[in-house]
Amino acid sequence: MKVDGAASGPVVLDTAGLAAAVETLIGDGWSVIAPTVRDGAMVHDVIESVADLPTGWGDKQEPGRYRLRRRDDSARFGYAAPAQSWKRLLFPPRTTLWRAHRPPPGSADRDAGDFVVQVATATPRYAFLGARACEVRAIEIQDRVFLGGAHTDPGYRAARESALVIAVNCSSPADTCFCSSMDAGPRVASGADVVLTEVAEPQHREPWYLAEAFSDRGAALLRRVPSAAATPEAIDAADAVVANAAAHMGREMPDVDLHELLSESLEHPRWDDVAERCLACTSCTLVCPTCFCSSVEDVTDLTGTEARRDRRWASCFELDHSYLHGGSIRSGIRSMYRQWLTHKLGTWFDQFGTSGCVGCGRCVTWCPAGIDITEEIRAIAGPHLQEVTP
Amino acid sequence: MTATATATGPMAPMVPHRYRVVSRHTETSDTVTIHVEPLGDPIDAPRPGQFAMLWAFGIGEVPISFSGLPGDGRLGHTIRAVGTATSALAASEPGTVIGVRGPFGNGWDVGDADGGDVMIVAGGLGLAPLRPAVDAVLAERDRYRRAVLLIGTRSPDDLMFHDDLARWRGRLDLDVQVTVDAADTGWHGDVGVVTTLIGRVPVEPGNTLALVCGPEVMMRFTTRSLIDRGLDAERIRVSLERNMQCGVGHCGHCQLGPELVCLDGPVFAWSRVAAQSAVRER
Repeated sequence: MKVDGAASGPVVLDTAGLAAAVETLIGDGWSVIAPTVRDGAMVHDVIESVADLPTGWGDKQEPGRYRLRRRDDSARFGYAAPAQSWKRLLFPPRTTLWRAHRPPPGSADRDAGDFVVQVATATPRYAFLGARACEVRAIEIQDRVFLGGAHTDPGYRAARESALVIAVNCSSPADTCFCSSMDAGPRVASGADVVLTEVAEPQHREPWYLAEAFSDRGAALLRRVPSAAATPEAIDAADAVVANAAAHMGREMPDVDLHELLSESLEHPRWDDVAERCLACTSCTLVCPTCFCSSVEDVTDLTGTEARRDRRWASCFELDHSYLHGGSIRSGIRSMYRQWLTHKLGTWFDQFGTSGCVGCGRCVTWCPAGIDITEEIRAIAGPHLQEVTP
Repeated sequence: MTATATATGPMAPMVPHRYRVVSRHTETSDTVTIHVEPLGDPIDAPRPGQFAMLWAFGIGEVPISFSGLPGDGRLGHTIRAVGTATSALAASEPGTVIGVRGPFGNGWDVGDADGGDVMIVAGGLGLAPLRPAVDAVLAERDRYRRAVLLIGTRSPDDLMFHDDLARWRGRLDLDVQVTVDAADTGWHGDVGVVTTLIGRVPVEPGNTLALVCGPEVMMRFTTRSLIDRGLDAERIRVSLERNMQCGVGHCGHCQLGPELVCLDGPVFAWSRVAAQSAVRER
């Protein structure tokens, strides 16, 4: 059962305590997934021990640019949003939904083309270590999409219900981050089992962690690893880390009613402007932790007796996303980008009662043209924006 | 680990139910009506205006409305061959087994016209999802006052459901009018677009529910004509078509502004979608 807020008092873990937590989870059969360094970026992958975490690594993110950098401390979570989100694990880029088999033509048992459908039912057991506030919020948003409506997605449900989330409050937001203005961070408010705050020490001394249990499962885990009671000084130090992160947001979403602004701006000239820059490469939708569109594909073998239904990520920037016999409803980049932005920040509220944006900044960082969602909104809002007097 | 799927089991709603084609009737040069019956678990009983996802083994899956609901578990679907999946389904001879998922969407809810008039306006293949609504009105004819069915097609050769047309036209309590866009000398009926029929039938605006289905341009002009006759846009229902791949609001393809057409529709009050439908996409 999940509860919001601390289920028991916070404790302090040192490196040995964090290592014990990872070992305990692995011993209990969890696949522990955490950020790792690969191909010059932070990538979520299975870890076998704390040593696999990216110690002393940070990042530098700008519109259209991502680089890792060395930190002058030994923080393990001293970077902003990794290249890809946890979406890859709960809602994989390609999934086989089911397979069907029918006997070959002419065989005795062939009942006029009858077929049998089989589905894969293996369920992973993930422990997500290092999820940020924006990412935890993104998972909660995808929960609404796949579990909150009249129909639920069985594969998502299975992976999600078993997943354990050990979140980390953000210490080092990037130039592209704006979770504060989306009310999604940098502090984890809900949706995790354990929330850590990493306090890095100078001269590469070992960092330590303030650990709070947000669920019974999280509390049970913390009870099984060596820890010390959290002193008021430790709590203050951890609070200072999050406060510092909040003060160093690289960007800000304009403080306007985005739903209303966008529904009134469908013919704004800015759509033509952004269409000149947007390549419709789909990168923003792939890195977005909440984008959920998918397409299905049928795959068959050469004999025609085996068929497979796959579901893969799709993007509203694909020409066939809106295809209807005869042509696509949205055939130009102007209407594709407008669909993406008005959905993400506007009509998402109509459909799921929340914004589709958590301010992780991935769409800004990973856009090859460096298009900045906050800047586009600023341009569209124009005179709606009240100049804030200092 | 694998398990044999039961379409009502844990992997529903993405797993198809197996249905066998029991009849295939050619409607026009590119359109057929098939009826299918369940081999195992049937889908839930559909309502007029809902749709199913039909799967041709190994080829693909498409959203197709129910054009016939005989009430005995069989399902009628009228399919125009426009792509690979629709061509395969339209070519399905009796005995072929296809996959069926559904029913999806909200339906016409023609019962909302209770005590008032019903006007049904169909353009071309748009008559397919309306056919069960016509029959629903006739099945409980006493609930309604005046019932009008206006049908427009491109040419006489595009007229579908000849047996139903004969049956409907034989009734004195259903006003059926048919027009074609263009015809040769063999046609003795009306020529002109379907909106010309709207000006011709008596309309009691405050007491009429209109159900409209056809190509989007036909629905735009039809709703305009109905509004000109005094109908409130809230009392005009249209059935919209969009790319649909899941039927359950998860795949994202069918969005029309805030609407997920597969879930919130496909039937909408015109008042709800008129503004969004007028937004130019380019």
